[in-house]
Amino acid sequence: MSVTASAANTGAAPAASLLRRLGQGKALPVSLVVAAILLIWYGFTVYLNTPWQIGVYERAGAEWTAADLVRDTMAQDRPVLPAPHQVVAEIWKTTVETRPTSNRSLLKHAWITLSSTLLGFAIGTLLGVLLAVGIVHNRAMDRSVMPWVIASQTIPILAIAPMIIVVLNAVGLSGLLPKALISTYLSFFPVVVGMVKGFRSPEAIQLDLMRTYNASRPQVFFKLRWPAALPYLFTSMKVAVAISLVGAIVGELPTGAVAGLGARLLAGSYYGQTIQIWAALFMAAALAAILVALVGLGQRLVTARMGGRS
Amino acid sequence: MNVATNTPTPNPSPQGRGERIAQAPVVEARGLSLTFETNDGPVQALSNVDLTVGKGEFVSFIGPSGCGKTTFLRVVADLEQPTAGHVSVNGLSPEAARRARAYGYVFQAAGLFPWRTIEKNVALPLEIMGFSAAEQKERVARTLALVNLTGFERKYPWQLSGGMQQRASIARALAFDADLLLMDEPFGALDEIVRDHLNEQLLKLWARTDKTICFVTHSIPEAVYLSTKIVVMSPRPGRVTDIIESTLPKERPLDIRETPEFLEIAHRVREGLRAGMGDE
Ligand SMILES: Nc1ncnc2c1ncn2[C@@H]1O[C@H](COP(=O)(O)OP(=O)(O)O)[C@@H](O)[C@H]1O
Ligand SMILES: [Mg+2]
Repeated sequence: MSVTASAANTGAAPAASLLRRLGQGKALPVSLVVAAILLIWYGFTVYLNTPWQIGVYERAGAEWTAADLVRDTMAQDRPVLPAPHQVVAEIWKTTVETRPTSNRSLLKHAWITLSSTLLGFAIGTLLGVLLAVGIVHNRAMDRSVMPWVIASQTIPILAIAPMIIVVLNAVGLSGLLPKALISTYLSFFPVVVGMVKGFRSPEAIQLDLMRTYNASRPQVFFKLRWPAALPYLFTSMKVAVAISLVGAIVGELPTGAVAGLGARLLAGSYYGQTIQIWAALFMAAALAAILVALVGLGQRLVTARMGGRS
Repeated sequence: MNVATNTPTPNPSPQGRGERIAQAPVVEARGLSLTFETNDGPVQALSNVDLTVGKGEFVSFIGPSGCGKTTFLRVVADLEQPTAGHVSVNGLSPEAARRARAYGYVFQAAGLFPWRTIEKNVALPLEIMGFSAAEQKERVARTLALVNLTGFERKYPWQLSGGMQQRASIARALAFDADLLLMDEPFGALDEIVRDHLNEQLLKLWARTDKTICFVTHSIPEAVYLSTKIVVMSPRPGRVTDIIESTLPKERPLDIRETPEFLEIAHRVREGLRAGMGDE
C-alpha cells in the first residue's frame, strides 16, 4: 500500500521496484495460480452445463449461438457446476444482504457450525493434552491407551457420527454438545500424538538436570515438559481445529439438523441447489482458514514471549 | 555379576600428606563397578574404582574417551546405579546426597532452557528449591557476577556465544551454593583461548569459595593446571591407573604452565595414560 503511494509520487523507479518485489514475493505466483484455477473452473462450467442447456434450447426450439451457450451455461438456476461469480453472488446475497438472524443467512449457519467446532475443539484439545500427560507419566497408560487412540481413528467418522448422536440423544443430550463431541472425536487425536512427542522432547541432560535438583514430578512437568511441548501443541492444534470443523459439518449431516453449514449442504443436495452447496463449501473453507490463522497467531505470540528467534 | 576379573590391583589411595586435616571425605568410592547391559552385551564402564576426595580438593579425572569418567560422576550424582561396590557423598548414599541437594552438576553441554532468559535459567534451581523471590534475585545477581555475565540477565541463550552459555550453566550450578561441584568436560567444546580464560576464572572461584570440585577433562594441561589431585583412568574396562597429587601452589598464574614443576606433573600424567593404553 505504501509502495503504491510512493510510486505515484516519484514515478517509474518505484514502479519498477514494485514489479521486482511482485516477482520475488508470493503475490505474483499466487495470483497466477488463482487466475489459472478460475479459468479452468469457467471452462468446466461451460462444458458440464452444456448438455442440459442444449436440452433447454431444443425443447424451446430456439436458435442459439456459441455466445448464447456460454452466457446461459453460466446463468443456470441449478447448474451441475455453478460459475465462480454465481457462487460469489450467492455468498454476498446470503451474508451481506440477509439479516444475520434470518434462516437464510449463511452467517447464521456458519456461526452455528463454528460454535460447535470451537466447543468440540476445546474439549478435544483438553482431552488430548490430558491423555498425553497420562501416557508420558504412566507406563501402563503408555502401553494401553495409545493403541486405542490409534484404533479410534481407523473407524470412519461417517459410520460413528450417527451412533454418537443417537446414543447421546437417548441419554437426554441434544443440541450443541453431540455435534461438538464428533469434533472432539476427531480433534483429540493429533493433540495426543503431538503432545506425547512434545512432552518427550526435552533432552536427556535437561531431565537429568532436574533430577540433580531433586525436582518433583509436577515441577519437571511445569518447568520443563510443558514449555518444551508448546511448539508441538500449536502445530497439532492447527490440524485439530481444521478437522474439528469437518467433524461439526459431518455431525450435522446424519442428524437431520436444520441449521449449520452441514444442514445447508444437505438441503442443497436434496433440492439440487448446487450454488447453495458451493457457497456453504466456500464458507467452510474460509472458516477453516481463519481458524488455522488464529491458532498460528497464538503460536507467534507465545513463541515471541518465550524468546523465540522468529 | 560383573566380577572384576582381570583388573590390576588398584593403586592405593593417595598417601595422606600430613597437612590434610582428618575430615570425613566428600566423595568416597570403594570397589565401585558398573556394567551397562546393552543390546551388544554387557559393557563394563567402571571396574573396581577406589577413590577418596577430601573437602576443598580440586580433583581432575583424565583418560581417553570411553574410560568411564562421565559414568563415575553420574554415579556420584545418583544418575546411574553402581552394579557393585560402594559410594558415599558427604557420608551419605548418593541418593540421600542428591535429595539433600549436596552438589551442583555441570553437564558437557550447557543445556540451558531456550525459553528462559539467562537470569531465569540461573534461577531455575532456586525456584525448584523454593528460595524466596528476593533471595533468588540476590543469588542470581551474585552468581552471574561470579562468572562475568552481569549485563546479560535478559538475554536468551541463543543470543550468547558457546562460552557464555557454558558460563551461565556454571552459574546455574553455583546458584544454590552446594559445597560439591561435579563438572563433566565443561569446556570441552570451547576453543583454547576461551578455555584458558575460563580455567583461570574457575581456579579463582574455587580459591575464593572453598568448594570441592570433581572435574572431567581429556586435556592434560587443563588437568595439571587446575587440580590438586589428578585421577588417571584407562578404558576397557574403565579403571583408575594412577592418582597424582599436585605439588603446584594454590596460587596459579597462567604462565605456571611453563615451569619445570608443571611439565613434570604433565609428564607423569602422560606416562600414566600411556601405561593405561599399553596393557590392554
Ligand atoms: N547409558 C549407557 N548405556 C550403555 N553404555 C553406556 C552408557 N553410558 C556409557 N556407556 C558406555 O560406558 C563406557 C564409559 O562411558 P563414559 O563414562 O561416558 O566415558 P567417558 O566419559 O570417559 O568418555 C563407554 O564404553 C560407553 O559406551
Ligand atoms: Mg564423557
